[in-house]
Amino acid sequence: MKDVAFGQYYPVNSFVHRCDPRLKLFFLVAFIAAIFVANNFWALGACAAVLIAVVALSRVPLGKVLRAIRGVLILVIFSAVISVFFYSGETVYWKYGILCVTREGIFFSVFLIIRLFLLVICSSMLTYTTTPVALTDGIESIFHVHVLALIMSIALRFIPILMDETERIKNAQKARGADFESGNIFKRIKAIVPILIPLILSAFRRADELGDAMDARCYMGGKKRTKYKKLTFSWRDLVAFLTAAALVTGVALLRVYVGGM
Amino acid sequence: MNIVCEHLTYVYDKGSPFAVKALDDVSLTIAEGEFFGIIGHTGSGKSTFVQHLNGLIRLPSSKKKRYKPEKGEILPTLKVGEYDLTSRKTDFYSLRKKVGMVFQYPEYQLFAETVKDDVAFGLKNFSKGISKEETERAVGDALTACGLDPKEVAEMSPFDLSGGQKRRVAIAGVIVTRPEILVLDEPAAGLDPLGKREVMALLHRLHGSWCKTIVIVSHDMDEIAENCTRAAVFSEGKVVMCLPPRQLFKRTDELLSLGLDIPLVAKICLALQRRGIEIDCDFTADDFVAKVLALRRDRR
Repeated sequence: MKDVAFGQYYPVNSFVHRCDPRLKLFFLVAFIAAIFVANNFWALGACAAVLIAVVALSRVPLGKVLRAIRGVLILVIFSAVISVFFYSGETVYWKYGILCVTREGIFFSVFLIIRLFLLVICSSMLTYTTTPVALTDGIESIFHVHVLALIMSIALRFIPILMDETERIKNAQKARGADFESGNIFKRIKAIVPILIPLILSAFRRADELGDAMDARCYMGGKKRTKYKKLTFSWRDLVAFLTAAALVTGVALLRVYVGGM
Repeated sequence: MNIVCEHLTYVYDKGSPFAVKALDDVSLTIAEGEFFGIIGHTGSGKSTFVQHLNGLIRLPSSKKKRYKPEKGEILPTLKVGEYDLTSRKTDFYSLRKKVGMVFQYPEYQLFAETVKDDVAFGLKNFSKGISKEETERAVGDALTACGLDPKEVAEMSPFDLSGGQKRRVAIAGVIVTRPEILVLDEPAAGLDPLGKREVMALLHRLHGSWCKTIVIVSHDMDEIAENCTRAAVFSEGKVVMCLPPRQLFKRTDELLSLGLDIPLVAKICLALQRRGIEIDCDFTADDFVAKVLALRRDRR
């Protein structure tokens, strides 16, 4: 459970941490757009270079960043293998029935792997460097939907709580001899039941308590609410904005002038 | 089974900005047959310590094949009976059968459809292939030992019981495998006075007859004074005192300066002391009353 990287904030003070959350969201969208517009290795390299710079500036240890990949590793390998065998191209190296390995197929799957890794690392960088509260403030300020932002911030806030709870329940069942590590997949799924039921019950209990606490403090959704901390743009955000703009433009130009692989 | 622990240190999230030293060079011995108390305020390391006892938290040397200690690191000793918890070869699974662990608010771990199934969970895990009749009998015994009537509750859903009953079902689910050592983290927390008394009475019944050794973690000093043979005081990951209650609660100033409470009887003794009356008792209500009556007799 501790391996889940998503939704975890890494508390250090850095250039990236101090950027405005709205800008980080914009940057993420622009970056994802750039990854998908990129259709040759030059463009993808440019994306990777920008991301490496962001990671370096954020002062989040590399181990943590790479941990984000681990969760999707199987998915990435699976899609890469599928595309190697099914992508049709001109330079055929090996062929058996409908399966074939081509030069284009290999290129395509390497491309796919890099793309997916960049995507995952970039999204996890957002949560590593932005507190859930800042993220919600950002979303709220962009979309002006208060309730949605609230739901999101509560959901994010509950991730670590429920993970702690899971750990506690897991330990308690382990103390009673539960075994989560051995056996085939069906056995393991069955072994999760003693964790899942107490966890769901506790989530409902917590939701009830939170609802009561909000009622007790006269929370009213949807009313015009003021902010304690106002978000402001700074020079950092200008730098980030220009980088994102340059990246998207650069990648688009490479697509037009250099073309595909 | 004796528990022997020397120089135990544990750091949560080692090497990250969240790193917290939860245990700092803890040395503690708990003999077989003791009713041992662990006191300390939140975050003093007591829960971390007890989780070592059944291998839920494992020492780094028991996880890695070739463990290289850091420079200046004192290698810990941790033995529970014949189990050496620093070794990689230890069978942690069978250790868990010998050391039962009841966590804080254990009623939140209940999950099965009936009380019977929930109590049988540990039994089915530890004694693979146990017959239906045997399971039934063991579950019945455990429920009875916990002061519940098997005929009445066995087929009920655990979620329909009262708070105190749920907790006793959870305790039954741990003692059903007949552990030699029973560890309980705040067994009476969050219960009403009656529920608290019932749980403590239950532990007394279990001690000796069912489990040889009992270790409880508690905030309630009266509980410790009334029940324990010895108690250790944890503070910031260190054991600062380890004494029988009779001597422990004489060190009132130290306990108060650690932010801990003292038993009600100790408070009364202190108030009497201020008026010049010395009473030397072991801080249980019975002993206190006996000493007060004796004093009155002497004065007449």
